[in-house]
Amino acid sequence: MIRLVKDDLRPPDWAGSLGGDATDARPGRPRAAEPPGRPPKRHFLSVGDLTQADVERLLDTAHTFEASLERHVKKLPTLKGHLVVNLFYESSTRTSSSFELAAKRLSADTLTVKSAGSSVDKGESLKDTALTLGAYDPDVIVIRHPQIGAPQLVARVTEAHVVNAGDGKHQHPTQALLDLYTLREELGRLGGLHVAIVGDVLHSRVARSLLQAFALVGIRATLVGPPALLPRELPAEASTDIEAIRDADVVYVLRMQNERMEPGASFVPSLREYTARWGITPERLRPGQRVMHPGPMNRGVEIDPRAADSPESLITRQVRSGLVVRMAVLYDVLTGGPVGVQALTAVEVA
Amino acid sequence: MLFWKNGHVDTLTIRRARVVDPTEKIDEILDVTIEDGIITRLGSSGPSRLEHRVVDAEGLVLAPAFVDPHVHLRTPGREDEETVASGTAAAAAGGFCAILAMPNTEPVVDSAATLGALVETARHEAEVPVGFLAAITRGQRGDELTEMGELADTGAVAFSDDGVPVASAGLMRRALQYASVTDRPLALHCEEPTLSRGGHVHEGRVAAELGFAGYPSVAESVAVERDLALAGYEGGRVHVLHLSAAESVDALRRAREAGVAASGEATPHHLVLTDDAVRSLDPNVKMNPPLRAEPDRVALLDGVRDGTIEAVATDHAPHAAQEKEVPFEAAPFGVTGLETAFAALHTHLVRPGLLPLETLLERMSAGPARIFGLDRPRVAVGARANLVLLDLEREWTVGEEPFRSRSGNSWLLGSRLKGAVRMTLAAGSVVHA
Repeated sequence: MIRLVKDDLRPPDWAGSLGGDATDARPGRPRAAEPPGRPPKRHFLSVGDLTQADVERLLDTAHTFEASLERHVKKLPTLKGHLVVNLFYESSTRTSSSFELAAKRLSADTLTVKSAGSSVDKGESLKDTALTLGAYDPDVIVIRHPQIGAPQLVARVTEAHVVNAGDGKHQHPTQALLDLYTLREELGRLGGLHVAIVGDVLHSRVARSLLQAFALVGIRATLVGPPALLPRELPAEASTDIEAIRDADVVYVLRMQNERMEPGASFVPSLREYTARWGITPERLRPGQRVMHPGPMNRGVEIDPRAADSPESLITRQVRSGLVVRMAVLYDVLTGGPVGVQALTAVEVA
Repeated sequence: MLFWKNGHVDTLTIRRARVVDPTEKIDEILDVTIEDGIITRLGSSGPSRLEHRVVDAEGLVLAPAFVDPHVHLRTPGREDEETVASGTAAAAAGGFCAILAMPNTEPVVDSAATLGALVETARHEAEVPVGFLAAITRGQRGDELTEMGELADTGAVAFSDDGVPVASAGLMRRALQYASVTDRPLALHCEEPTLSRGGHVHEGRVAAELGFAGYPSVAESVAVERDLALAGYEGGRVHVLHLSAAESVDALRRAREAGVAASGEATPHHLVLTDDAVRSLDPNVKMNPPLRAEPDRVALLDGVRDGTIEAVATDHAPHAAQEKEVPFEAAPFGVTGLETAFAALHTHLVRPGLLPLETLLERMSAGPARIFGLDRPRVAVGARANLVLLDLEREWTVGEEPFRSRSGNSWLLGSRLKGAVRMTLAAGSVVHA
């Protein structure tokens, strides 16, 4: 089930939390204002909320949509009359453009609000911006925000279905889903695969979402990177030795960010040193080993251009997957079921 | 050293309460008569003179009222969040007969003028006696000492840069040396800023999974070790604020055994919650130091039990609603606690058998009073009435009744608690009933 999160920022009930189970901190009480008999609102906030069945359904839906995109007329009437608001507090090319196109391909109206040039510039709080946009009764709010938990806040204060397009270092669930989709389409299976995730795991919301997604579908994960960028407590094998990528079917390269080298931070001594030890080059890859990257890439830093552009690279395939997976997510939160036959009738363009 | 709206005192008899005063070694059903604010008679039930107020307290516990050594009254500067009047009203409702206020206000309490103005305010507004701490360093900037002598003469109970650490070991040494001439302890916020930098959540599994920058236990414990070593070397008196890590409790225990004049406190939230609570992403479980792991919580509880930690302190830190209705990382540190401290600890520690009631009562009253040289609230003939009447069976829901505090950022909002304050007497006056 996609978890009901309306109450997430409401006071937790710790009655049983002494020495207890972490989930006790999550209140499950229905909100008093919720009219009886109304099903819980579906959001897409964290991979941790998904079941394996959810993942399979979403990937199947994406597959169906991908087939539809091969038609001459690419637009589907599925979400006609629905409003999808894209609220972006961080710069983004791939994610914002693919969400916008995904909504348009499904015939939804779209409204894109970026923090620069909006009232956010004038100091409007996230709550007030969400309430303002919520006044237009959007069906879906897609939000990217630099702070953990921002989508949960929007879900609490608006009536819209909320889709997390990346919150701080916490989650980027549609990225994880499109990566699973890419793996399934290109390697033909998920269970039993071995993926090495290389680089700055500590600051990566992609890595956090991927680890949960991999656990759901039975993919083995190995984390590889500099010691200060590998959190000790994550539930995965970890190594500081780049040789640890050797056995993996896929090498998933994370973006190495310049700000990690700020004075006083010293996560690694220099980008040069990072590249020398952990940069992904054709020489470090086994023949047939596939390469992925969530973008944007720093060519020549975490990934050698020859590796990025090789036939083994799945990087542009990931971008294409992004569109159909985001179509599937929008469809799924609004309908909650597998794609029906009717949804696949192309729009009659007058 | 304590200041309040002086004047009114009460006369009443509290009948048939179970009187529990661990320090006086009392635990029996007694009638307690208070005349003009002074306890004049302790006796078994007899015929009462009915010319004054009689409170039937059958089934209730009467104990020395609580002392909170760590409160943020937000005045001057953020009177929208708390005032001396609202903060002391909250204290009265929580069973406190005295509270100590931290100096990290706007401006910082670092001069006799600012402190003097606060003392005047307390004389006009304070529902229960308040003591004020003054800053260790000017503006709490950590580079020059305040004029501790004049501040002590103006009424400072102790000195603290709470909210921020004194980062320089050299300056901490000078502070220890100079504070000795005022005979006031230093209350220390122990945090090594180069280790905690940017951290919002205890560095552990929860932070790793959620993606929060980690604030490791060692960021606290190295600072605790440093300051205890300096206190030992200089012979100064130190009180470690809001202990959160097992390693810090160990350090304090060792230092006390070695004869260092050191004390410590723990908050109700650190004694009840762990960082698992952060999974809710509720900004009302964000505080500094952060909630830590279960072994840390257990170590704190052991410290409270064996007396290494002599005081429970709320670290009552009010914040405006709009500042907490934001994503977790954007929210300020701090939660309120005055109105829930006893009930929370009674519900989560005493009732499950993890902490004897007597120990809790001692750590909330005599313990903190001893550390800061305040008169110990006690149930004894001749003592000024500083008493709390507790109903251990009463259940209530936090937040159902409005808070007396101007802020509602309680970590317990919506929780059911068992144990309630029915009446508080502070300095001989009924301040809550």
